[in-house]
Amino acid sequence: MLKLTPEYLLKTYDLMLKSRFVEERLIKMYKQSDGYFWIGGPGEEAFNVPLGLHIKKGHGLDYDFLHLHYRSSAIYLPMGIEPIDLFRQMKNTLTDPFSGGRNFVNHISKREWNIVPITSPIETQLATCIGTGIAHKRHGGTGITIVNGGDAGTAEGEFASCLIWASRPKEELPILIIVMNNSWGISTSCASQHSETNISDRAKAFGIKSLTMNGNDVEASTFAIREAMMYVRTERKPWLLEARVSRLYGHSSATGANYISTEVDCLTEFEKKLLDDNLITQTEINGMREKYNTEFIELVKKVKQEPMPDPKSIYDYTYSEQKGRYW
Amino acid sequence: MATMVQAIRMALHYGEENLGLKEVFGEDVGPPLGGVFTATQGIQCSWNSPLDERGIVGAAIGLAFAGRRCVAEIQFCDYIFNTIDLLKLAGHTCWASFGDWSLPMTIMTPVGSGIRGAIYHSHSFDATITHIPGWKIVMPSTPLDAYGLMISCLQDPNPTMYLKPKALLYVRGEEQIPGEPPLNKDGEKELRSMINAPVIGDRTKWKPKWPSGLTDYKVEIGKAKVVREGTQITVVSYGRTLPLCIKASDRLNGLSIEVIDLRTLWPYDWPLVSQSIRKTKRVLFVNEDTEVTNFGEHLMRRTIEDFFYELHARPRLLAGSFVPGIGLSDSLEMASVPQLETIEQAIREVIDEKV
Ligand SMILES: Cc1ncc(C[n+]2csc(CCOP(=O)(O)OP(=O)(O)O)c2C)c(N)n1
Repeated sequence: MLKLTPEYLLKTYDLMLKSRFVEERLIKMYKQSDGYFWIGGPGEEAFNVPLGLHIKKGHGLDYDFLHLHYRSSAIYLPMGIEPIDLFRQMKNTLTDPFSGGRNFVNHISKREWNIVPITSPIETQLATCIGTGIAHKRHGGTGITIVNGGDAGTAEGEFASCLIWASRPKEELPILIIVMNNSWGISTSCASQHSETNISDRAKAFGIKSLTMNGNDVEASTFAIREAMMYVRTERKPWLLEARVSRLYGHSSATGANYISTEVDCLTEFEKKLLDDNLITQTEINGMREKYNTEFIELVKKVKQEPMPDPKSIYDYTYSEQKGRYW
Repeated sequence: MATMVQAIRMALHYGEENLGLKEVFGEDVGPPLGGVFTATQGIQCSWNSPLDERGIVGAAIGLAFAGRRCVAEIQFCDYIFNTIDLLKLAGHTCWASFGDWSLPMTIMTPVGSGIRGAIYHSHSFDATITHIPGWKIVMPSTPLDAYGLMISCLQDPNPTMYLKPKALLYVRGEEQIPGEPPLNKDGEKELRSMINAPVIGDRTKWKPKWPSGLTDYKVEIGKAKVVREGTQITVVSYGRTLPLCIKASDRLNGLSIEVIDLRTLWPYDWPLVSQSIRKTKRVLFVNEDTEVTNFGEHLMRRTIEDFFYELHARPRLLAGSFVPGIGLSDSLEMASVPQLETIEQAIREVIDEKV
């Protein structure tokens, strides 16, 4: 039996389904040559949607700052990022509001909501989050810094940097550090490179609270996120949360982007539970799937009509508010 | 008669009092030391960070994301190289987000030779950092410019890289920084007693007494300066080699040498340099970073593309030898980077060249 309210569970399901359909549409766009590269987060929805629903969204230090990696669509779609804008970034149109056609899909940026630009180099966000963490600490209140990354990335120096800086004596930082452990870094298994039992164990040496949990389970995720967030928001100290998740379509389009049926699919798992608890019917599920499918096909059609970036714009915004060649 | 470190200190103080500077940090930057070259002594918002350059640059970027103005120090530029991808990230954040974010932050770091710093305390960084778009890069050669450029950095909405020429950090200025005590022996002593922490004894209770009349005196980023006027050759330099170029021009009397202090490496003042080259028809670029893919090579390319048919001599670059490091021994350091004599010789050669 599920424990959370039907309202919350159904909302979460709807957003998980929506996020999955966005990612699957992005993959189709790639396969139909409507984009050069796909990378994204199908398989992380059971953890990411609850996270997205618990963000204190807004601009400035009263709100959460997000330093995310490229598998975070199920965090920001629930926050209100529009699917069409991800289709635009996939198609690298001028109308892509995150980078104006300059960056890969799922490399979003939204200053209005404190979402700092998602970048390709692995784990740099574990270094930059230190700064907003310091700013949050100085500011007080309940806004926190949230950072996520993969398991392989924790071998980078920035992961150690983040643990050190977040736990300086009397200077602890309100940072929720999340490791999305899908057991892989492209083709290299975590098990072949890491001897620590849990990545979260590394927090212990710094006195940082930590937990490893099943990120394929909506309720386990929700409880863990609530507990960790509450602690970070009120104690103003870090927490390291390691979510074990699936990588459902492989690393990226570079590895084919095909569904991997041997991995746990959190969406179908959750559907089963909702059906068992009579919170939803198969007909309703089918209807929702159909709705998102047709809706997104229409959005992609629209995006394909939109203008591409102007070659003359290559220098624009090298500096704040600057346009055109400046030197 | 402030030294460059005193000038930087006063500018940082002015910044924290008046310009919203909130965090000054890095390795040994806070009390009791105030920086290994003492440039942050007495700054109230200064603090010691972990020994972690990537953490320092990352923290600066994050603070800038949060709109919290900071100056972060990398103790020696020799140790900034492991932060290159974060510097690239800072440089491209505004561009990659299509103008959504800008990063108001300053990184400062001592550069170059001159203190017999051997392989790992003598590096230059101008060739590398000018290769990273999105930064504004400054390098003063006088205390007054050090003050004015810092004030400009603290007001710029973009990432600024403030390169401190190590060899000039303790050289006293000959120009008055608005607000500092008079430019004489007494004034010099007074300033020292006001803003230098005691060298020996207990520093824990020491507090600086800042000159009261400090101002927002600025040196605009992107503006070079003609420091000696002349007609026969243009010598463009910055940092440690700039005073040497002035000295060379003074010693080579009989020759009319125009010396330009670039002050901002990027975006640099091409109009001013162009104007001078158009007048003198001969140009020498001088800096001490290694000579291959050197920033001066870029300036040479620009010179050739713009002035090829007007020049009366080949443009020249005098730079550091392309060696893996600067050797400790006096003879090795002197042979690795431009010195007064090599600068004089290069000036003569360019002036003497007949087409
Ligand atoms: C600094 C850096 N090194 C290498 C790469 C190439 N690369 C992209 S993703 C990836 C694997 C990342 O694995 P992990 O951190 O576990 O995250 P996941 O992709 O599994 O979510 C690598 C090596 C990169 N983007 N950045």
